[in-house]
Amino acid sequence: MTDAPAILEVRGMIVRYGARTILDGVDMTVQQGEIRVILGGSGSGKSTLLKGILGLTDVAGGKATMLGQELTGLSEKARGLLMQRIGVLFQNGALFGSLTVGENVALPLREHRKLPEGAIAELVRMKLAQVDLGHAENLYPSELSGGMRKRAGLARALALDPEILFCDEPSAGLDPLTSAELDNLILTLRDRLKMTVVIVTHELASIEAIADSLIMVGGGKVIAEGPMAEVRGRGIVAVDEFFARKTKTAAKQEMSVADLFGLTPAKGGA
Amino acid sequence: MEDPTAAAKSTLAQLTLTDAPSTSARDRTLALAGVLDARGAAVFAAGVRKRLPSKKGKLVLDLSALTAIDSAGTATLVDLWRTGHRRGVAIELAGVQPAVQTELEQFRVTVELPPPATIPGFFESLGDTAWGAVTALGNFMVLAADVTIGGIQAFFTPGRMRWATYFREASLMGSQAFGIVGLITFLIGLTLAFQSAYQLRQFGAAIYVASLTAISMVREMGPLITAILVAGRSGSSITSEVATMKVGEEIDAMQVMGIPFVDFIAVPKVLAMVTMVPLLTMLADLLGILGGWLVGMVYLDIAPKPYLQKTIDALVTKDLVTGLFKSVVFAWGIALIGLYHGIGVRGGAQEVGKATTASVVSAIFFIIVADSIFSIIFYVVMG
Repeated sequence: MTDAPAILEVRGMIVRYGARTILDGVDMTVQQGEIRVILGGSGSGKSTLLKGILGLTDVAGGKATMLGQELTGLSEKARGLLMQRIGVLFQNGALFGSLTVGENVALPLREHRKLPEGAIAELVRMKLAQVDLGHAENLYPSELSGGMRKRAGLARALALDPEILFCDEPSAGLDPLTSAELDNLILTLRDRLKMTVVIVTHELASIEAIADSLIMVGGGKVIAEGPMAEVRGRGIVAVDEFFARKTKTAAKQEMSVADLFGLTPAKGGA
Repeated sequence: MEDPTAAAKSTLAQLTLTDAPSTSARDRTLALAGVLDARGAAVFAAGVRKRLPSKKGKLVLDLSALTAIDSAGTATLVDLWRTGHRRGVAIELAGVQPAVQTELEQFRVTVELPPPATIPGFFESLGDTAWGAVTALGNFMVLAADVTIGGIQAFFTPGRMRWATYFREASLMGSQAFGIVGLITFLIGLTLAFQSAYQLRQFGAAIYVASLTAISMVREMGPLITAILVAGRSGSSITSEVATMKVGEEIDAMQVMGIPFVDFIAVPKVLAMVTMVPLLTMLADLLGILGGWLVGMVYLDIAPKPYLQKTIDALVTKDLVTGLFKSVVFAWGIALIGLYHGIGVRGGAQEVGKATTASVVSAIFFIIVADSIFSIIFYVVMG
């Protein structure tokens, strides 16, 4: 995996919301064909990193190179063409509520592919079958369950056969079975289509099932990056705490009442 | 000020709270003795709250004589810690006995860490506010320019235009607003005629009710009332729809799919508004005049034909053109303000409601200000 060419490189990315610095010089390299997981506690900046890469938030510094093209300074037309080579699965699917599932999947095809309507209809059915949603073509997003909405969002993200798939919290809010099904789907995409997948998540089961490599962000900086087994073997406290489900969020902290009052532990105490 | 050394004792069921000497005038020390449990917790909390030092001070609770504490007593201590934290008062425990400490170690609490941001000074806040206003204006102007250019392009390249969306929006904004706009402006015309008739009859000039109602409706009330109703009905709908799309990441999804928000959402809505509001305004003018006509016939005994003739004589083309021109500008503003507030939403469903309210208020403000400016230009400067 490490010999594969880099398909996405982020160098020194800085993102600020007002006076708050969310990302403070983040570096990341993703190689072709790998499943890279971006992890971290709530408020650590992992979703912001994804938004920064996709150009969905203003970046105060640094640069990102994707599929050989530097994103900063790219003309609108060139960016549009580049975006056709990527797919994004948003947290809740981000389906257009006024369109049926089929129309949602057809939308990028109608926008960017000069295909006859019959071919578009066939492609839509193929993409929906790929995510096991063939029966839902004429349903509206409001008629779908959470898991179905995500799979429909995935079908739309796959509509243009992207080279990189970005997923924002794909397992969030799903039951373990549905979550595992989605994980299997992502693994299939990587194995059969050699797709590169970048996933933002903090679901341990998902991370352990699918991640080839991971990058952990916290306090706006990279805490660790590398192949899954290697990062977990380094003995980094934040990584170990994360996998032991002890990650602290940026805004809240759990502690004992004795800690709250700064009392030193009693001998033989809890 | 109380003497900190004075022994102000309050005896609880099994607990004694005593003022003890302190090292600083700003700080305070209270000594607890006995058992802090559910029976004495409330009185203990009230006693401590009364003695909390002023901001940036410190309260030390001397627990050296406290022999036991239960969960209610622990929760009360945590509650006092939070109260002190909010007021900037540090609460410390001293002389904690092993039995009490073991109890304090077994309960866990979730604590909000203090925000790292510092409180900005006056000039910093002023600068932030001014910069925020300039940025907001800049963003609005960019959106206005993009949408206006997109609208002009749609005229020259109709293939780019999303006609299905346009017709759906036009139907929602136009035909479905027909009833409410018609009814309200009919009543406005009726009221205007009644109010003016009361005065004009005294001078034997009742026939001029026709002129007054017609000019008021066509120049002012028709465009104004229609715009205000549309702002409340369709402007708010634009904001809530776009804001919901923003919260649901649909706008982000469009961006990453290379589907321009301006072409897909904004231009059809703005063009639908700009074409429907003048039509509604014409309807409003007509029904307002009809309201006046009814008053003329029923209340003033003016025959229909002379009333109609007086109405036609009073109106000139300029009145109709300026009224319709105003309605186009109002429509453009309402739609843009609706889009701007919708796309600026951050956060959840609560923010959608706030943005919708802000959109309606801003749109009505815009309508009134623009109407005042038009009044000065059309009827004072141009004559």
